[in-house]
Amino acid sequence: MERVAIVGVGQIQQERNKVQDTFADMVFEATTKALEQAGIGIRQIENVVSASNDFWDGRTISSMAINDACGSYDKNISCVEGDGTFAAFYGMTRILSGAYDTTLVVAHCKGSESHSAHITNAMFDPLYVRSLGVDSIGSAALQARRYLDRYGITEEQCALVSVKNHGNAFRNPCAQLPLKLTVADVMKSRMLADPIKLLDASPISDGACAIILAREPVARKITDRPVWIRGVGYCADAYHLGDRDLAECDALSKASQKAYQMGGIRNPRKELDVVELYDAFSYQELLWTEGLGLCGRGEGGKLVESGATQMKGEIPVTPSGGLLSAHTVTAAGLVRIAEAVLQLRGGAGEHQIPGAKTALAHGVNGPCGQSHCVWILGV
Amino acid sequence: MDWLANVEAMVHHSRIKVPYTWSVGETGSRFFVELRDHRRILGRRCEGCRTVYVPPRKMCARCFQDTGAWVEVGPEGTLLTYTIVRYANELQPVKAPLAYGIIQLDGASTGLVHLLGDVDLKAIRSGMRLAPVFQEKRAGTILDIAYFQPVKAA
Repeated sequence: MERVAIVGVGQIQQERNKVQDTFADMVFEATTKALEQAGIGIRQIENVVSASNDFWDGRTISSMAINDACGSYDKNISCVEGDGTFAAFYGMTRILSGAYDTTLVVAHCKGSESHSAHITNAMFDPLYVRSLGVDSIGSAALQARRYLDRYGITEEQCALVSVKNHGNAFRNPCAQLPLKLTVADVMKSRMLADPIKLLDASPISDGACAIILAREPVARKITDRPVWIRGVGYCADAYHLGDRDLAECDALSKASQKAYQMGGIRNPRKELDVVELYDAFSYQELLWTEGLGLCGRGEGGKLVESGATQMKGEIPVTPSGGLLSAHTVTAAGLVRIAEAVLQLRGGAGEHQIPGAKTALAHGVNGPCGQSHCVWILGV
Repeated sequence: MDWLANVEAMVHHSRIKVPYTWSVGETGSRFFVELRDHRRILGRRCEGCRTVYVPPRKMCARCFQDTGAWVEVGPEGTLLTYTIVRYANELQPVKAPLAYGIIQLDGASTGLVHLLGDVDLKAIRSGMRLAPVFQEKRAGTILDIAYFQPVKAA
């Protein structure tokens, strides 16, 4: 199969409330930065795939509201209603179809402009679940309890993820919420929905991210430092929470197996230099590291305790600070890809993992990790 | 951000409120009518893999075929997982703190998300046995089950 590369990424400062920007302003800034990094102009972009959510934006066909901001108004643009990693998947397949040489993928979300409980409650079936008032935090707590009960994972082990990722955020200038924490700080923080406490949960955030994809010969003309897409896997689980065993993440296992197979990864823990995860809640990093095969089932707690996932550990997980330090919902997975690209280009600054050659980026769509998209990137 | 020193950042307040009438469909209608009129909880069994879906589904996602048969489940069941939500949101049907669970009703293969009530919040544990408490006045909605409560020891 022909190779596709990422030739430029653009991130913006993630903040609690970007009162100075409309969501289109954020898209313009991220797109401009990605073009600058690639060293190309908007005319060299042949098509656009965006990621946004109409409920978060408060308008239908939200992709049309960013048409001018991402330079798509005389081009083919299609919107993925979901995480940016899935939009990037679509962008890549558009290139592989032979129809386009370059694709801009851009994602945005302003969590500050509406109410998370209202919007995340609307994820659920209106006939059977919505009237119970369940939202993203409550549903995640149902998963966390199931996972902790099944494997004897402790709340302190979950807290270690929060300590690590908020600490990592100090080295990432785009992160929103760097915090110097102890496990005791997390444990003492306000209980939201047992066992999830305030510091186990990700903040409300505004942000956007853009990446530029190109087929191999075009990528080589644009840059001498392309980051290659080595493997991608995508898998969705059941919609109804009660249809799934929430202590497991089979969809992630399947998505990662596909990505590893495509990328020729046999031993992910050994072969990956850096991992960027979609850690909307602290327990999720533990569960996702298991799903990715970085440790055995039920061993996510021991993995974080061992220090292996620290910046200087054997398998650094989320040196950017992750979603716990800025949760831009539909943009959050694309930020993970952008972060992986920075690592592989040696451009991650203070949170650079020295000599990173192979990176994994991960995105999630739907409650409790309903669907997962796994990317293996390399140089 | 520089412009903020010179210009007040304006914020427009609004609200989207749109009415919907969601069709429940044949499968869901039978479920809700049975709940309303007879306080019985029905599931649908897939004749391919024998999975009993509650709430009932018209099709089995695994076998990708019509589920074939109605089965009555419960009314008692086992708590698979739970949480106690400590914060209030405008959508909660009862006052916070409130407890949610996923309950596997006897005879069902899947879990039902619902409220837990009439229970000491500190005593909720996965694996506990629960029974539904029905509303006196029922409208044919999922809240015709007011909540699930612990089964009292005989």
